[in-house]
Amino acid sequence: MCLAVPGRILTIDHQPPEGSSEGKDPLWRIAQVDFGGVRQQVSLACLPEAQVGDRVIVHVGIALSLVEDDEEAEVEARGTLPWAQP
Amino acid sequence: MNACIQLAHGGGGTLMQQLIDRELRCLYNDPTQVLHDAARLERPPGLLAFSTDSYVVQPLEFCGGDIGSLAITGTANDLAMAGARPLHLSVALILEEGLPLGLLRRLVASMAASARSCGVAIRTGDTKVVERGKGDGIFITTSGIGVVEAPFAIDPLAIQPGDQILVSGDLGRHGLAIMAARHGLDLQPPVASDCAPLWPLVEQLLAAQVQLHCLRDLTRGGLASALQELAQARGLEFTVENKQLPVLEAVARSCELLGFDPLHLANEGRFVAVLPPQHLGSALALLAPLGGRHIGSVRQGPGRVLLRTEFGTERLLIPPSGELLPRIC
Amino acid sequence: MGTAVSTAMARLAQQLGATVSQPWTLMEVCGGQTHAIVRSGLDQLLPPGLRLIHGPGCPVCVTPAATIDAALGLAARPGLILCSYGDMLRVPGSNPAAGDLLQQRAAGGDVRLLTSPLQAIALAKAHPERQVVFLAVGFETTAPATALLARQALALQLNNLSLLLAHVRVPPAMEAIITAPGNQVQGFLAAGHVCSVMGISELQLLARQHQLPVVVTGFEPLELMQGLLHCVQLLEAGTPRVVNAYGRVVRDGGNPAAQALVQEVFELVAQTWRGLGTLPASGLALRPPYHQLDARRRFQLGQTSEGEPGNPCISGLILQGQKNPVDCPAFGKRCRPEHPLGAPMVSSEGACAAYHHYRP
Repeated sequence: MCLAVPGRILTIDHQPPEGSSEGKDPLWRIAQVDFGGVRQQVSLACLPEAQVGDRVIVHVGIALSLVEDDEEAEVEARGTLPWAQP
Repeated sequence: MNACIQLAHGGGGTLMQQLIDRELRCLYNDPTQVLHDAARLERPPGLLAFSTDSYVVQPLEFCGGDIGSLAITGTANDLAMAGARPLHLSVALILEEGLPLGLLRRLVASMAASARSCGVAIRTGDTKVVERGKGDGIFITTSGIGVVEAPFAIDPLAIQPGDQILVSGDLGRHGLAIMAARHGLDLQPPVASDCAPLWPLVEQLLAAQVQLHCLRDLTRGGLASALQELAQARGLEFTVENKQLPVLEAVARSCELLGFDPLHLANEGRFVAVLPPQHLGSALALLAPLGGRHIGSVRQGPGRVLLRTEFGTERLLIPPSGELLPRIC
Repeated sequence: MGTAVSTAMARLAQQLGATVSQPWTLMEVCGGQTHAIVRSGLDQLLPPGLRLIHGPGCPVCVTPAATIDAALGLAARPGLILCSYGDMLRVPGSNPAAGDLLQQRAAGGDVRLLTSPLQAIALAKAHPERQVVFLAVGFETTAPATALLARQALALQLNNLSLLLAHVRVPPAMEAIITAPGNQVQGFLAAGHVCSVMGISELQLLARQHQLPVVVTGFEPLELMQGLLHCVQLLEAGTPRVVNAYGRVVRDGGNPAAQALVQEVFELVAQTWRGLGTLPASGLALRPPYHQLDARRRFQLGQTSEGEPGNPCISGLILQGQKNPVDCPAFGKRCRPEHPLGAPMVSSEGACAAYHHYRP
C-alpha cells in the first residue's frame, strides 16, 4: 500500500529549527538520497543509525528501513526495469 | 526595472504598436515586413495540410524548452504527421496583465529559434491582453500550413492487419521535464524535454520510399493515448512488447518515485509509425540509429491496445484518465 | 531468448505448478501488490486451482466517505489551504455528484498536492495568516511520516497547521476478513512495506490464532511470485506460520524508532472503514498533547454517520474479497475512473481500477 523506493544516502545534514537547544535531536536529521539519478531530500528521523553510503527504502520522504544487500542481489530479487534502455 | 505587460498593451493603441515593434517583430522572418491583417502566400502545387493547436503548459519554462518552443514545434509536427512539409505559421498570443517583459522576450526568442529549426516562417499573428488572474501568464495558439509531400494517404484508416509499429525514440522525457519542474524533482543530470522537429525524420522516410500507413506524434497521454486512438479509429488490435519500449533510466526511476507510468507521460519530439511489414527494415535502418525501435504489430481483433510483458502475459494498455498526479500508494 | 527475469519467472511458475496438489485460495492484502499482479499478468501464470483474492490494503479506498466530505467542506472555506496526497484528489465522498477535491480546486478551493507530509510545514510557515489542513491517510507505512509532521509542528509552535486524520491498521482488517462468515482465504501475502515499520509479531499472532500462513512479500513481479510459492509450500506442508520473504527490507522487529514515533503521537481507536464497517483498535487518533493539531476539533467538524444512501457501489464486498470487480453491474459502465461511484475505481491501489486498466 505504499510506494517505497530504494535509494543511496549521499549526504547527511541536521536542520533543527532556529534557536533550538544544543544536542542533535534525530527529529531534524535529513539526507540527500540518490534514486538512480533522481535526488531528493529525505528525513532520517526514523533511522538514527543510517550513514552516508547506506541504501534505504523511502516512503513519502521518510527513510523507513535499511536495504541490506547490494544492488546485484537486488536486481536478482526484483528484476531490472521492465523497459528497454535507449 | 520590473517591466511587465499592462492591459494597455492589448488596447490597439501606441503601447500595443510598441510591443509589436520592439518585442514581436523578431518572430517574423522579414522584420521590415509591413504587418497587414492577412499574410499573402504563394500557393504551392498539390495538397495543403492545415493544423491548429493551443498551448497552456505550466510551468512556462522548463528544462529543454518553454511554451514558445512547444507552440511552434507542436504545430509543425502535426503537419509532419500528415506527411506535409511545414511552411507557414500564425502565432496568436493571449498575455496576462503582469507577465514580466523579460519572460516574454525569452519566449519570443525561443519561438523564433524554433521556427528556424523547424524550417517554418511565421507569417501572421495576433496579441491580446487579459486582466491579471484571467490567464495563466500566457496562452499561445499556433496554426500551420504545410504542403503534402507524401505520395500516399497517411491516415489511421490505412492501417492493415499485419502492419508493424515503430516508435522514433525514447518515451516520456518531456512529461518528466514538466513534472520535475512542477514538483521540484532534482534530477542529476537534468532530464530535458524531448521537444524537437519531426519533419526531417518523415522527410527521410519518404525519400527512402518507405510506405507509411499512419503516423502519430506522441503528446499528452503518451504512447498509451496515441496507440489507443489509432487502434480505436481503425478497429484493429495493436500489440506492443514491453521489453522493446525505450525508456531512459532517469525517466523510469523518476516514474517509480512519483508513481507515474512512462507510457502515459507526454512527449514532444517522438512519433509512432504504422507501416507494412516489407518496409520495416528500411524504416528501422533510418530510425534505429536515432533511438527508434520496433515495438509491436497490428492484427485483427477489437480496437484496443495490448501490452505483452516480459513474462509472456498480455494486459491492456489504456490512456490515463485525467490529469497525471504523483501518488504515494 | 528471454531475459534473466523472464527465465526466473518461468522457473517460479513451473515450481508453483509442481507444488500445488489441491485448490487453494490466497489473499494479497496490499492494493499495490494487486496492481503489480494484474499489471504483469501474473494471475495468468498461476496453476489452475490457485485462486487469488484481492484484499482491502488500499488506504484511499477505506478512508471513510465522511472524511472526504469533511475535506471537501474545508477546501471550500475561503482562506484555507487543504493539502493532500495525489491519491485522494479524485475520490468521491458520500455523494458522487458532489465531486472530488480536484473539482473543488476547479471551483476555486485552494487544494495543494503533497508528496510528503513535511511539505505541509513549509506551507504553514509560508502562509502564517492562513489555516493549512493536511488530509493524513495511510496504513502503518505512512503513520511515522504523519507522526513526524505532528512532532515537528508542535516543536515549531505552528498554530495554523492541523491534521484531518484517517490512518488505519492492517491486522484488524485481516482479522475481520478471516472471521467473516463465508471466508475462503486460506493464506495471506502480507504487505512488505507495512512490515518494514511494524515487524512481523502481529502477523505471527494472527497466524497462530487462525492457523494460516502469512508470507511477507515485496512488490516486484518476481518477489510476488516468490511470495505465492512460499505460501503454497506452507499450505501444502500444513505448516501455518509467518515467513519473511522480504528480508532485504523487513527486519522481524520492524523499525523501533518509527514505532516509537507513532506511539508518542497516536493512540489506537476503533475506526470506521469505508465498506468494511467499524473495526476495533484499527485506527489512529492524536494523543492529548497533540489535540491542538486535530482539524476535527479545530474546525468543530461533526461526526456524520457513515452512509451512502442510494449508491450502488459494492466496494465493501470488493475490499473483503467477496466479490470481484467484474461481478459489479456498474463496472466499466456507470462506474469508470472518469466518473467513479466509489474509491476502488479511482485509487491507484483499488482492485476495480486495476481490472479496468489492465484486464483485457
